[in-house]
Amino acid sequence: MRSAVIAFTAFLGGLILFLAAPTAWADGEALKGTLQNQGQPVSGVKISAVTDSNAPVGDATSDAKGEWSIAVPKPGTYKVTLDAKTLPSGVALKFKDRSSLTLQVYEGNVRNVLFPLVSAGAANQGGGQGADTNTDTVWDELAQLLFDGLALGLIIALGALGISLIFGTTGLTNFAHGELLTIGAFIAYVFNTAGLHLLIAAPLAVIVAAGFGYGQERFFWGPLRRRKTGLVSMMIISIGLAIFLRYLLLFIFKGENLPYEQYVAQDGIQLGPISTTPKGLVAMGVEIVVLILVGLALMFTRLGKATRAVSDNPALAASSGINVDRIIRIVWAAGTAVAGLAGVLLGTTQILNYQMGQQVLLLMFAGVTLGGLGTAFGALVGSLVVGIFVQVSTLWIPPELKTVGALVVLILVLLVRPQGILGRRERIG
Amino acid sequence: MDWNLIFTRAIEAGIGTEAVIYALAAIGLNIHFGYTGLLNFGQAGFVAVGAYGLATMIATFGLPFWVGVLTGIAGAVVFALLLGIPTLRLRADYLAIVTIAAAEIVRLVVRSIALQGTFGGTDGLEAFSDGFYSMNPYGPGEYGIGPIGFDNRTMWVLTVGWVLVAVFCVLVYLAMNSPWGRVLKAIREDEDAVRSLGKNVFSYKMQALVFGGVVGAFAGFLFALSRAATQPDLFSTELTFYAYTVLILGGAARVLGPVIGAALFWLLLILVKTGMEEAVNHQVITFISVNQVGAINYMLVGLGLVLLLIFRPQGILGDKREIALDAR
Repeated sequence: MRSAVIAFTAFLGGLILFLAAPTAWADGEALKGTLQNQGQPVSGVKISAVTDSNAPVGDATSDAKGEWSIAVPKPGTYKVTLDAKTLPSGVALKFKDRSSLTLQVYEGNVRNVLFPLVSAGAANQGGGQGADTNTDTVWDELAQLLFDGLALGLIIALGALGISLIFGTTGLTNFAHGELLTIGAFIAYVFNTAGLHLLIAAPLAVIVAAGFGYGQERFFWGPLRRRKTGLVSMMIISIGLAIFLRYLLLFIFKGENLPYEQYVAQDGIQLGPISTTPKGLVAMGVEIVVLILVGLALMFTRLGKATRAVSDNPALAASSGINVDRIIRIVWAAGTAVAGLAGVLLGTTQILNYQMGQQVLLLMFAGVTLGGLGTAFGALVGSLVVGIFVQVSTLWIPPELKTVGALVVLILVLLVRPQGILGRRERIG
Repeated sequence: MDWNLIFTRAIEAGIGTEAVIYALAAIGLNIHFGYTGLLNFGQAGFVAVGAYGLATMIATFGLPFWVGVLTGIAGAVVFALLLGIPTLRLRADYLAIVTIAAAEIVRLVVRSIALQGTFGGTDGLEAFSDGFYSMNPYGPGEYGIGPIGFDNRTMWVLTVGWVLVAVFCVLVYLAMNSPWGRVLKAIREDEDAVRSLGKNVFSYKMQALVFGGVVGAFAGFLFALSRAATQPDLFSTELTFYAYTVLILGGAARVLGPVIGAALFWLLLILVKTGMEEAVNHQVITFISVNQVGAINYMLVGLGLVLLLIFRPQGILGDKREIALDAR
């Protein structure tokens, strides 16, 4: 009993930060994993486990979500083997020599086992990641990476726009903005699974997200500002809010990887050297249109001009007859709506997960900071630069480190030009 | 419901390894945020540098235990210098973003497959704690008072941990009551005023960053040694934010704030968690499953952080006037 308690406390420590593996709450020791190829689940793959003395323990087949798990009798060393012959055609192990892994399972531990997969045939024709496509030139590869970078940059830009506008008008650096993406994606999922086609569910989700943003400002941030809550205080409050919302989503949706009902798997199409999917192109189209519309609105409408005026100097804007509180509410509604849209589009190209927004939050911050905090167009430019840099850098650095590259560049840019690309010197204070 | 079990677990958590680790991490943060007003959101990075500095030297390079400890400390100093040079001249929100980014860089680098030979990739490192446990004065067995108790390994970790907490509390007390500490507090209140008195603000901020970072590295040592393993994803940004919750709960800019905060945080967390689990298992609460208890628990952490900052930003011990919540 005593040792069980100790194991339990030790296990808890792991749990806190290991919530990415939600089934880790299950009792007893087990091995588990999720097979995915380019964000899509891979099902029907046979995986078996043996003990270190080669006694069979069990086997499993990955289900429709690509998940598998094998319960093991006791802590110890196990050898897990993926049967490469059962992989669907067109999918291969990324590291051919790593189809068998020897792993340690601790007491009460559900060990996550990772078998990285890549597309064997389809992606190689244009992607150029394969070894058997020597005809690919570096230019083809560069074109593909630029395209992927643009796709990523546009998603980041949609999120960053909200961060930047909210920062500009209220001074708040909102660490809960990643969750606004996730919430948008999951609202669309709720409508989608209730029977609405994604094309109807998505706009509905954006409208609900706008309402959520408005409500958040009206009933939470607005009153806090009137209480004269400090900016650092609000920043930490936004972190608390982010944790709350993230685990609320985990509570409701149980931490599974969820796909929308439509547009899950699509055949790729080939545009010159670039391979993509129709949904990817549509998503990019929507993103570009929305960004242009927001940009035009900021430049030419009364509301947009008022927003920029508040951004510049709230006191002066108020004294010239602009209703600052109203502008801030509209900014919150619009920023959350755009973030929700980004979440939905991210959900169509990858898969829904309660951490999806958090995972791009730092890239959005990098985009905003690079462009210059508080400048809407800076956020746009910065995000595109970050997106493209992240993807293109994989020409030289391992793909798993691509985010590191972007963050290092962010820090270096701050050394040379702390105000960002489009920011003004005075803003850094 | 087994109330005995609930309270035993809660008290064990309040004085257990997690409480010690978070107390140390929060003491470091207290030097940064509480005393100097630096909004360091990258404390997880310092903890990771400590843990990996120790583990890598021993597990990968086969060097003695004390070399690992010194490497961890040196790593934290270097990390603080690298982090401080580009950021300490910037405003609070820039500092927050850059420090959080730097902590993520550390985590992504140690978990990368490219450096798996050195840092062990996503599986992390193990087999580096023998040197530490060979010094264990406790013989095998259980030690405790009544139902509350730990095994000999945990006892050793806890003894070292609480001694370290005490040592750093004394150091912080002495430092903050020295002229040096008064400059730090003055920087928190008004940087420009300090500069006009001829003090090198940048240099003082850097010293504070290094000091707090080294304390964070000690949290990393204990984190790694208590589990006899390090995994990169233990050092995600949530570690930093829970450390902030601990600090604000106990009271920032108070020597004992982080310690009381850590003990209370873990006591409450496990009390609520075990209580809910017991209630679910005994059908007292029927609308949620045991699996969802963890999620509710962390929702409560988030909610607690929000409510603390709105209604009692000074926490239990603090003084509202002493907390840098309006820094720009």
